[in-house]
Amino acid sequence: MAGTGSAPETQLTSRERIKRALANGKTGRISKDAANAVMLGVFRCAAYITTLVLVAIIAYVVINGAPHISPDFIFGWPQGVNAEGGIWPTIVSTLYVTALAMLICTPIAVLAAVYLAEYAKQGRLVETIRYAADTLASVPSIVMGLFGYALFVEAMGLGLSMVSAACALALLMLPIVMRTTEEAIRAVPRYIRWGAYGLGATKWQVVSKIVLPSAFGRIATGIVLAIGRAIGETAVVLYTMGQAINLPISPLDSGRPMTVHLYLLANDGINMNAAYGTALLLMLIILAFNLFARYLSRKSR
Amino acid sequence: MNSTDTQRPETASRPKRELALVSRSTYLKERALQYLFFACAFLAVVTVVLIFAFTMLQAAPVFTDIGLANFFSLDWAPTEGRFGILSLAAGSALVTAGALVLGVPLGVGTAVYLTEIASARVRAIISPAVDLLAGIPSIIYGFFGMVIIRPFVAEISGGLGFGALTAWLVLAIMIVPTITTLTIDALRSIPMGIREAGFAMGATKWQVIYKVVLPAARFGIVDAIVLGMGRAIGETMAVLMVVGNAPVIPDSVASPISTLTSQIALDMSYSSGLHRTALFGMGVVLFIISASLVGIVRMLSKKRKG
Amino acid sequence: MSVYQNAPAPEVSAITAANFDFWYGDFHALTDVNLNIAKNKITAFIGPSGCGKSTFLRCMNRMNDLIEGTRCEGVMTLDGADIYAEGVDPVDLRRRVGMIFQQPNPFPKSIYENVAFGPRLQGVTSKSDLDDIVEESLKRANLWKEVSNQLSKDGLALSGGQQQRLCIARVLAVQPDVLLMDEPCSAIDPTSVQKVEDLMAELAPEMTIIIVTHNMQQAARISDCTAFFLQEVAGEPATLIEYGQTDALFTSPIDKRTEDYITGRFG
Repeated sequence: MAGTGSAPETQLTSRERIKRALANGKTGRISKDAANAVMLGVFRCAAYITTLVLVAIIAYVVINGAPHISPDFIFGWPQGVNAEGGIWPTIVSTLYVTALAMLICTPIAVLAAVYLAEYAKQGRLVETIRYAADTLASVPSIVMGLFGYALFVEAMGLGLSMVSAACALALLMLPIVMRTTEEAIRAVPRYIRWGAYGLGATKWQVVSKIVLPSAFGRIATGIVLAIGRAIGETAVVLYTMGQAINLPISPLDSGRPMTVHLYLLANDGINMNAAYGTALLLMLIILAFNLFARYLSRKSR
Repeated sequence: MNSTDTQRPETASRPKRELALVSRSTYLKERALQYLFFACAFLAVVTVVLIFAFTMLQAAPVFTDIGLANFFSLDWAPTEGRFGILSLAAGSALVTAGALVLGVPLGVGTAVYLTEIASARVRAIISPAVDLLAGIPSIIYGFFGMVIIRPFVAEISGGLGFGALTAWLVLAIMIVPTITTLTIDALRSIPMGIREAGFAMGATKWQVIYKVVLPAARFGIVDAIVLGMGRAIGETMAVLMVVGNAPVIPDSVASPISTLTSQIALDMSYSSGLHRTALFGMGVVLFIISASLVGIVRMLSKKRKG
Repeated sequence: MSVYQNAPAPEVSAITAANFDFWYGDFHALTDVNLNIAKNKITAFIGPSGCGKSTFLRCMNRMNDLIEGTRCEGVMTLDGADIYAEGVDPVDLRRRVGMIFQQPNPFPKSIYENVAFGPRLQGVTSKSDLDDIVEESLKRANLWKEVSNQLSKDGLALSGGQQQRLCIARVLAVQPDVLLMDEPCSAIDPTSVQKVEDLMAELAPEMTIIIVTHNMQQAARISDCTAFFLQEVAGEPATLIEYGQTDALFTSPIDKRTEDYITGRFG
């Protein structure tokens, strides 16, 4: 069988043996075309169900929320048991805390990514840092809230305040911005760097003058996405910012973000219209940020 | 002759001007910056350790005053000094398992449809939609679940609609975008060549999908599922709004339960003393679960690389 | 217009194309291709990059159907039957017309499973039949001696040349009538090239082989007939320039452009 002496004969038998074995093949109970058609249909259904459900959520919030959105609702103060009137202080609180979180998070995350992408040598240390970043990204938000409460609010004495909540949110945003920035930096072609090194630039000059500017579009995309995530976060801010209706001025003021407001409105069920309105505004703000991120990422390509 | 002879070694040994590429101050600045960058990167490690240590510290009395036997028992009645988290953990497990059973086929199916089957036009509509929907905050999903899914469940089960069944539906919807986007990444990383090889062998599209593409992408898909699972276990607000918050082992899927996350969110506002300690203890448990899931994913991806 | 020198007659042809045109979306890639591929012979397609030879090859097992927005006109037959006719299932067609690609593309499965893939698709389930097919196919692909004691090893763990022969064994396991080879030797080492060429010569008496190659020496060495494709003006469709017996085409080309190409004046 394994002999190579009579090559043509071996081939002939090989060929015949394969043909014979193939002929033994049974046609399945279900034809391949039927199986194909059915399964492709199943996948199509999965995709349509997903899209449909998600679109339904948006449509539902839009339809129920749109009639209640008015300048008075957006720019007014809450009245009664905080369920009537407008939601202006909550909008300000949300934007205030998100901006603060972004200011805290961005420099750290970008520099950390610079280290990982440009300076670090692959090894146990980098592995550890990545594992930590991944873990940070997956810490349940309520645990982040607990931690923020224990550290920033109590131990550091910052109280229920914008800055406490911003610190906790910054931790949440950190791994997102870190990862997108690192990917952005790695996507900058090497030869661009070589050009600068060839002119005698130091590493930091190359990074600050060449790499970061070329990666700017994609870094900005990551930051904007992280902002969208922070705006929608509830559990982290619930016990770090407080729930009092307040227009924050100083970072040590407390406030009530839109998400918490929505939660309380929905839970009390006194004024569902205000809840729908808040949900819609919240969703619009986040969608706007995400669309902006898409726009940025498309532009930077 | 003579003079050159004596000069030669002198030239060679004369200390030449150092070929300094950068000045000393620039060099120091570069080094200082490098340490700063390292400090920033290492902050991630510090934070994770800090989260664990700090939450653990707050939870210390779980070991001393509550006792592990009490902590890992079924009975959650803080006012009576019973801090058993097992019924809550069971709630978390129940809610997560159901969400995965519903969400995984839907998420993976959507991803397969988008990468392998859909025409470019359909893909151009659905993929950005899935991307954008991944950004919708959990509180909105919770709200939707509360006002739409809960009454619907109440209708068919005859109860109030708070319970595992509602949570399953809400969480399944929530984790679908996560699973879909990650599975799409996994499928896209499969080289086009092996798909072509499958088609050239006379395989139908479905045969290529389940005999070639899915096996080749299995690690990536498991990653997606594990991360979706992490999202489901850690989800707080959406669950809090629909499970009914009764820390018991439920008699049916439509009767109220409670989970680790929702119980923390619910009790944190008024708890004190040992009760609060127990909440931090639950935080530690959740942290360990999520860190282990990340560990599993990393192990898988290492295995995949070789 | 294409010119022909002793080109095979339709009666002895496995595949024929008549007035064949092909489009990628709006891009007209190929125009007016007419040729007959001799049965159980080796036919080589040569020409510079982008001359449509691979595109034409991929029309023969309708692989181009998988690319959105492609379409073709004209007639292409396999053993006298129109392969683009209504009701022809490309899946069944591809079981008769096997294909080897430029980049060796074994499935990320064991060597055994790679070869057993096709027979399994055709409903072969018996272990002994599968064992038989795997062994015989690997033997025919001259790979058996190298891998017989490591059949459970991942196909991707083999060297590039071995991977390509594994891909050939995988195709042989389903006994196609026609074997399309799209630059099968351009991504593997010279020793393996030799092995693949030997293998083609061994297979030719029982199988129609069509090979696209950039390497004119290779075409001259192994093929019985040669077709020369050329896209003369960028943006315009490419077409068949000259087709005929390999000896004739290489020693006394009729068309000036063929002569320029094989003497290395362009492309």
